[in-house]
Amino acid sequence: MYEHDVIVVGGGGAGLRAAIAAQEQGADVAIVTKLHPVRSHTGAAEGGINAALRDGDSWEDHAYDTMKGSDYLGDAPAIDTFAKTAPDEVIQLEHWGMPFSREDDGRVSQRPFGGLSFPRTTYAGAETGHHMLHTLYEQVVKRGIEVYDEWYVSNLAVTDEDDPNDRECHGVVAWDVQSGEIAGFEARDGVILATGGLGQAYDHTTNAVANTGDGVAMAYRAGVPIEDMEMIQFHPTTLPSTGVLISEGVRGEGGILYNAEGERFMFEYGYATNDGELASRDVVSRAELTEINEGRGIDDEYVYLDMRHLGEERITDRLENILHLAEDFEGVDGLEEPMPVKPGQHYAMGGVETNEFGETCVDGLYAAGECACVSLHGANRLGGNALPELIVFGALAGRHAAGEDMGEALIETGPSEELDREELGVPVGLPSEQSDTAEPAADGGEPVEDVDTRSSEEVVSDAEATEEERIETLLEREDGVNHADVRADLQTSMTENVNVFRTEAGLEQALEDIQEARERYQDVYVADKSRTFNTDLQHTIETRNLLDVAEAITMGALARDEFRGAHWRKEHQERKDDEWLKHTMVSWNDGDPELWYRPVILEGHEETYEPKNRSY
Amino acid sequence: MSTQTPETETETETEPEAESGASAAPDHQQRRMDEKRARAEARDDAAAQAATEFEGETVELKVFRYDPEVEGKEEPRFDSFTVPFEKGMTVLDALIFARDEYDSSLTFRHSCRQAVCGSDAFFINGSQQLGCQTQMGDLEWPVRVEPLPHQDVVKDLVVEMDHFYDQMESVQPFFDPDELPDGELDEQRQSRENREHIKLSTRCIWCGACMSSCNIAAGDNQYLGPAAINKAYRFYMDEREGEQKRQERLEIIEQEHGVWRCQTQFSCTEVCPKDIPLTEHIQELKREAVKENLKFW
Ligand SMILES: Cc1cc2nc3c(=O)[nH]c(=O)nc-3n(C[C@H](O)[C@H](O)[C@H](O)COP(=O)(O)OP(=O)(O)OC[C@H]3O[C@@H](n4cnc5c(N)ncnc54)[C@H](O)[C@@H]3O)c2cc1C
Ligand code: SF4
Ligand code: FES
Repeated sequence: MYEHDVIVVGGGGAGLRAAIAAQEQGADVAIVTKLHPVRSHTGAAEGGINAALRDGDSWEDHAYDTMKGSDYLGDAPAIDTFAKTAPDEVIQLEHWGMPFSREDDGRVSQRPFGGLSFPRTTYAGAETGHHMLHTLYEQVVKRGIEVYDEWYVSNLAVTDEDDPNDRECHGVVAWDVQSGEIAGFEARDGVILATGGLGQAYDHTTNAVANTGDGVAMAYRAGVPIEDMEMIQFHPTTLPSTGVLISEGVRGEGGILYNAEGERFMFEYGYATNDGELASRDVVSRAELTEINEGRGIDDEYVYLDMRHLGEERITDRLENILHLAEDFEGVDGLEEPMPVKPGQHYAMGGVETNEFGETCVDGLYAAGECACVSLHGANRLGGNALPELIVFGALAGRHAAGEDMGEALIETGPSEELDREELGVPVGLPSEQSDTAEPAADGGEPVEDVDTRSSEEVVSDAEATEEERIETLLEREDGVNHADVRADLQTSMTENVNVFRTEAGLEQALEDIQEARERYQDVYVADKSRTFNTDLQHTIETRNLLDVAEAITMGALARDEFRGAHWRKEHQERKDDEWLKHTMVSWNDGDPELWYRPVILEGHEETYEPKNRSY
Repeated sequence: MSTQTPETETETETEPEAESGASAAPDHQQRRMDEKRARAEARDDAAAQAATEFEGETVELKVFRYDPEVEGKEEPRFDSFTVPFEKGMTVLDALIFARDEYDSSLTFRHSCRQAVCGSDAFFINGSQQLGCQTQMGDLEWPVRVEPLPHQDVVKDLVVEMDHFYDQMESVQPFFDPDELPDGELDEQRQSRENREHIKLSTRCIWCGACMSSCNIAAGDNQYLGPAAINKAYRFYMDEREGEQKRQERLEIIEQEHGVWRCQTQFSCTEVCPKDIPLTEHIQELKREAVKENLKFW
């Protein structure tokens, strides 16, 4: 067993920032990550990092834009904390040497981005995430923080009281991908989940193959509620063949969208007559798909994004990376031709429920970054708001886990008897014969007392034993279903039914498909029997995680019968503030998921936000 | 006749259990097993179909296989996979197809699919390239994929990266300024020219292609290698750092296994997927070193 004060699961932007913060707070911290940190998907971010740095801008304006962008599903204390802290965190990156793009006077440049009332997006060419990730990793190396790289975390070591609010997290179980060694990691002070996105639930996504929602699924199964899962952002400009993203920076610099008829449809068809191409992502994604569905797309599949008029000099200076992407992954020369684009899954606004310090309802368990839902982005994330989220909430979670007293949080967490529940009427969760409920105690099945009396070491070693058994079972099976088939079916159904446009029938179909996929998953087997670098085993376990998160996404989407932000429902074309200023919450409930609601907090640090029409 | 046997067996196996009233499980189990069989058949059909249907549009992939733990794979060998070819298909796509459709034990690192994570540098038709950035259509067929040379193989296309990481981390690869501005929200200034100067060097994605292509690195295990020297260059040239740190960096760069080992063969520059002019950067550092040494002479 390995032991540290703080264990950070994941080495992307959020995990690295959390680790640095915990270490600066005096903790012995370790990062356990399935990819080497520099391979994390933060490195793929292109466009930029929002922060109110300059005269004429203010954190209040940034907060206001974020709340409006969220379509009033963000929690004000999270948004205010975020907008206030982002400037310091961005300057911190600069002090750590990040190669930001610069103005003539040598200061960090900022550019306009969709949904922002001020050009407050700092950037480093069109490779902002790459530079942020490497800059943070450099600081981790500088501090000698221990990194267990290519260790796959497969479960959390959490006590098993009935009420998740009473549970405690004592560590994680992971295996060394290279050797196959399974080990417990005991965390004396806290575990921080920073496992990133879940785009692999869809088949057309900007996310990496490693973005399989592991942290969300693990926390969910340990009893932590997951929040607003239906809020999935589809990015309007992805390359049709691979899902590779063409940054919003292209539109920020003046790139235009047009359809097969050569019309600049954002204006001509009235989708966003003020902001046009720079309207928020959900608006642009739906506009494109409407164009395509109405027969004005190219090859019935995509529209054009054109930046030729910006001129070679400006393009190579600020958007050079885009030229490479279009060339390498679509065979298109962005200086000579318009680039084909269509919407693709891009970002999960929802995730593990946390408060503004990153704490979940399980004591000692934190989450930060894309896997978390502190509820900053609500129903729609603004471009350039995810990277600052990583550093703001990564740092807060790191410091809090390492023991800094931050006072009382304004955001509550955990299931509560007082909040409303909902029945969906469609079967969800585990098939009946496969229950998760802990076996009755070995000593003859006496009812377990509702206090887990095990020492923290025992909790970790028990979790380790359970994982060993699970892996053994998967490896021993000689025949069965290949996880790749299950995954492919799941992805297809999600893309077809839980996409930009959502209908009741489609969502119900998706839940049925997921049930069927769950049943098939019961027969899943791992053909590769080797302990050495067994990616077959890893992907099999990831597929299970995808099933759990996909189901929660769909449950939330079915329950929310309104149109808010990224969530569009055919039968319900308006935002229903009387009914729906609340978060959808899903609790695992030992394999029999429960759906319930928590009110949105509009009361901020200084003012209370008033829901307004979200027009651009 | 013989094909009937398994079916009969299943029936006799499940019947008694069902009679003993042990819940509805056997029924369910029966259904699942039937489904499983049907799926297996469908898969075989699909594979057979693929082989005929894609006639003329298939490409053969020859992939290096090795697993120290698995019988028949302890001795390295090549496996061939026939993959339906589509325009725009990358080597990574082809490997994923081979793995998901034919052999799920086929092992290789990959993640981003867009040339930023640096996981999938392989030796493709005899040169170091990223699988995700290399179009099948641009290669001579059959396509041969091997792990990066000069690195220990862990399994199939996965190589040991620890040595590469050690070299990267040995050059103090972190920004370390002599002093920082202390005003609130006060950033350091950096001229556009200076940022431009270091820009290419900051693009490195740690893929290891350069190191694998370098003869000197192959012969001298302690040689820092092109990527690590490039990392040192990135900080050495950054005007924000300050004179004192520059001197320290120069010592690292100039050490016995540093820049002077490079024999300007350009192999690293040729393979770098991020088009970093590695050899030029090494030469520039050599000139810096000479300049500095003359100063103290
Ligand atoms: C193409 C693209 C462009 C984007 N552009 C922008 C932009 O311009 N501006 C912006 O603000 N946002 C942008 N975003 C969003 C933003 O980049 C992401 O939300 C953010 O980088 C996620 O960071 P993270 O640290 O949460 O996760 P990641 O960087 O994905 O890191 C996750 C880490 O968790 C580890 N991990 C996962 N599961 C396990 C496990 N089971 N065991 C151990 N380790 C595990 C992985 O190894 C990895 O290190 C973009 C996103 C994409 C996909
Ligand atoms: S310098 Fe180029 S080839 Fe070498 S590791 Fe970096 S990106 Fe790869
Ligand atoms: S898969 Fe990331 S670089 Fe190729």
